[in-house]
Amino acid sequence: MLICVFALSACNAGVTRISLDGSTSMEKTVGFLGEAFAEKHPEISITYNPTGSSAGIEALRAGRCDIGVSTRYLTDDEKTGGLRETVIAYDLIAVVVNSENPLDNISMDELAEVFRGNITSWEAFGGSGEIVLIGRETGSGTRDGFEEATGTKDECKYRRELTSGGDVGAAVTENPLCIGYMSYASIPTGDKIKALSVDGYSADEYENGISGYKLLRPFIFAWRDGELSSAAKDFLSFALSDEGARYIKLSGVSPAAE
Amino acid sequence: MARGANMKISQKLTEAVFSIIFFLCGAVSVVFVIATALFLTVKGLPALARIGVSDFLLGTSWKPLANEADFGILPFILTSLYLTAFAVALGAPIGFFCSVYISKKAGNVTKKAARQAVEMLAGIPSVVFGLVGMAVLVPAVRKMFSLSDGACFLSAALILAVMILPTVIKVALPALDAVPADFEAASLALGATPEETWFRVSVPSAKSGIAAAVTLGAGRAVGEAMAVMMISGNAPNMPSLFASVRPLTSAVASEVSYASGLHRQALFSCALVLFLLIMIINALLDFFLRTNKNK
Repeated sequence: MLICVFALSACNAGVTRISLDGSTSMEKTVGFLGEAFAEKHPEISITYNPTGSSAGIEALRAGRCDIGVSTRYLTDDEKTGGLRETVIAYDLIAVVVNSENPLDNISMDELAEVFRGNITSWEAFGGSGEIVLIGRETGSGTRDGFEEATGTKDECKYRRELTSGGDVGAAVTENPLCIGYMSYASIPTGDKIKALSVDGYSADEYENGISGYKLLRPFIFAWRDGELSSAAKDFLSFALSDEGARYIKLSGVSPAAE
Repeated sequence: MARGANMKISQKLTEAVFSIIFFLCGAVSVVFVIATALFLTVKGLPALARIGVSDFLLGTSWKPLANEADFGILPFILTSLYLTAFAVALGAPIGFFCSVYISKKAGNVTKKAARQAVEMLAGIPSVVFGLVGMAVLVPAVRKMFSLSDGACFLSAALILAVMILPTVIKVALPALDAVPADFEAASLALGATPEETWFRVSVPSAKSGIAAAVTLGAGRAVGEAMAVMMISGNAPNMPSLFASVRPLTSAVASEVSYASGLHRQALFSCALVLFLLIMIINALLDFFLRTNKNK
């Protein structure tokens, strides 16, 4: 028994660990980056615990992980507490409606007014029927990013608060009166759902290098100032390298390096 | 002689060992209940103290992350209570008559098929109920009542009524089956019709089992989170038939993964309230159904 334990720990001695903790919506991106990095550095093992942005920052603060993974910027409080951050990618938040909806473009101001509940009917946009607002639950990174970008923090009058982007997609697909938001990467293809362009810019164009689309949320790696191990440093610079950018793109979001 | 004595000793030893094992197994469930209660109390009290008991329990606005945060959970409490009442009012009678039918009236083949169907209904995970509800029930309710959106209290109550059916039937059925055949035969011999016999003799004899079935069904309804979260709309409104609502279970489940600080503590307080609510509902139902039986 004891010999076994010693053998195991001897095995582990050669492996450096990097532990990450945080956002569930960044799981795919971190997974792509982690696998690519691990292939180049077999001596380093990466673990990721997708607990949610706030829980990740909390774990980082408490020293339970090396890198905190978050879809919101650090608060001033957290920065004075000795945390540092870097943006590795941007996730595009798409405004989605049912494909029966005649609307194709909406301005940022209109969008804010709709979600504040000041415009309640599709008649304002040449359609008909009551507008049904679909949002995410309090604390969700997507909701945070959307409300931050539209300036509607805590003012949105949601009809439904769903707990995943998939559920938002299902609601919009099912009901032609719905409007919601979800990560651009997770819009189901070929369904009865379409993304609106905002202020004349579409998320598709952003993907092709035309910036101007304003509904973005940052994907952030955070660490405790001065306490980054050399392995974690390597991983961080890999995430920001051109090679890292390729994998970030593969995971469906836009690398920050570009 | 000596061998016999040895065997007796080893037999006694085995018995002692097994009685300890069984005692420990029995103790585990008690320990878990006490540990859960303690954990929830310890985790749930700080937020209650900071928010204030009356602001928390009687407040009608839930905005945990706003600049002037509100932590009122009255909408969640009322939604939980009303949803449970609706689901039991709809589901319990159906489950009850279904059990009487399967136990007393159905032929052998129907009986077997119906039992299988109930077993399968019990085995459907709640997320599947949620998905089906989202894809079928929610649009149907929207069209039937010409609403702008079908995700509302009514949809959630209907799904819950279906979800408690297997619980009710699976507990009521053995109770009805266990009514001694002599009782029923005596009733029939005295000239009562089969229907009179079922409802005047069999059902009263199985009353405690049927009461347990309803209590467990209510517990299932008040404790369900996943399916309700997907089709009730999940917005923190006061309950009304076509409003988008959120019960205590969904309140905890939908926000706990991203919550921190006071918000997280408040969700633990929600869980504590839910725990107490379930205990109170069970105790009340138990009390009323039991006293009813003794009459």
